[in-house]
Amino acid sequence: MTMFDAFSAIVRRDLVLAMRRRSEVANPVLFFILVITLFPLGIGAQPKLLQTIAPGIIWVSALLATMLSLDSLFRSDFDDGSLEQILLSPHPTSILVLGKITAHWLTTGLPLIIVAPLLAVFLGLPNQSLSILLLTLLLGTPVLSLIGAVGVALTVGLRRGGMILSLLVLPLYVPVLIFASNAVEMAAMGLPVNAQISFLISVFLTALVLTPWPTAAALKMSINS
Amino acid sequence: MLDCNVKLRTENLSCIRDDRVLFEGLGFTVDPGQVLLLEGQNGSGKTSLLRILCGFREPDSGHVLWCGEPINQSSYYSDMAYVGHMDGIKKELTVLENLKLHLALGQPGKMTIPQALDKVNLAGYDDTLIQALSAGQKRRLSLARLLITCNVLWVLDEPFTSLDKQGIELIESLMLEHCGNGGIIVMTSHHDVNLPNENIQRIRLA
Repeated sequence: MTMFDAFSAIVRRDLVLAMRRRSEVANPVLFFILVITLFPLGIGAQPKLLQTIAPGIIWVSALLATMLSLDSLFRSDFDDGSLEQILLSPHPTSILVLGKITAHWLTTGLPLIIVAPLLAVFLGLPNQSLSILLLTLLLGTPVLSLIGAVGVALTVGLRRGGMILSLLVLPLYVPVLIFASNAVEMAAMGLPVNAQISFLISVFLTALVLTPWPTAAALKMSINS
Repeated sequence: MLDCNVKLRTENLSCIRDDRVLFEGLGFTVDPGQVLLLEGQNGSGKTSLLRILCGFREPDSGHVLWCGEPINQSSYYSDMAYVGHMDGIKKELTVLENLKLHLALGQPGKMTIPQALDKVNLAGYDDTLIQALSAGQKRRLSLARLLITCNVLWVLDEPFTSLDKQGIELIESLMLEHCGNGGIIVMTSHHDVNLPNENIQRIRLA
């Protein structure tokens, strides 16, 4: 079988698994919706304030929702030995790992993007910034999955890796958070956002090319225990 | 299928775990058609040695050579298959889905999936979820993985665990067939292995 067959087989398998563990997979998107709906209740009748902080709220929630789902990326494969079989495949591990990350994004990032417009309207985000919000999510959430994968691969062998994982991964998420929420804010004010979008594109492409290798190497390290 | 210099060779292997020397200066050669049986008490380093042979663990000294080349520089990973303590099958997937993924990860071997399932007495279980299988059936399924992909070297860690008498006989006959085709097997087992003595090489780790 070719490398591409192996890649698509991994993606398909993880999507089937996600379908069979629906409740687990729905968690991040439910968390995202819950957090965002609680903000207007907490802040009270101040639509102007809510509108101003809406980009930040949406992006912080998206970031935390992704963090919440990261541990499941390699956990079950590590526990049942499937990871050993993946590492023993003659195909490059980085490609197979990229398949797992793709499936992770399809099951966590994509649902966030689908519900985001609804929640943006709910927070009173101006219409002209809606398309920019979607664009930043489209570019930003894959980066969260890609960078997160390196962190999970490093901590999957530890019994209580959760705290270390957040410490490892959150600082790397910060640039994405800053540029993405800034882009949405600027768009809401009708200002150009080319610079922020270019930055997000470059971060996405860099992460796409550079993260699968350290992830594969870290998995090899984690399995050696 | 094989050229004549296919063999597994180790030179001067040693493994140290938590300041305890499990083995050192270990060298052996396994030729086509041979079984290497690792013996020793619990904790004597059998599994560690197998994990070194799989490349999961770096030996503290020495090399593992496949066809005369270090394993990470040769075609090793397309020639070997491993069945470890953990079955490596997903319990939420069906028998067929599991085997299909495994096939996609490697190269197709001499048996198709239905043939392999028939061989390990799991025919008709194609669409059964793994959750519904017994421990012995799961074991036979993970051994069926050896049959569907193209491989020369089998690395087996306690392959007889949770198998019944018939299951053990079945796996022994598969191993004999594999050796007859010029395959190589490295395995650990607490059970006695019922194979012709001229094929077996034993190493006792202490």
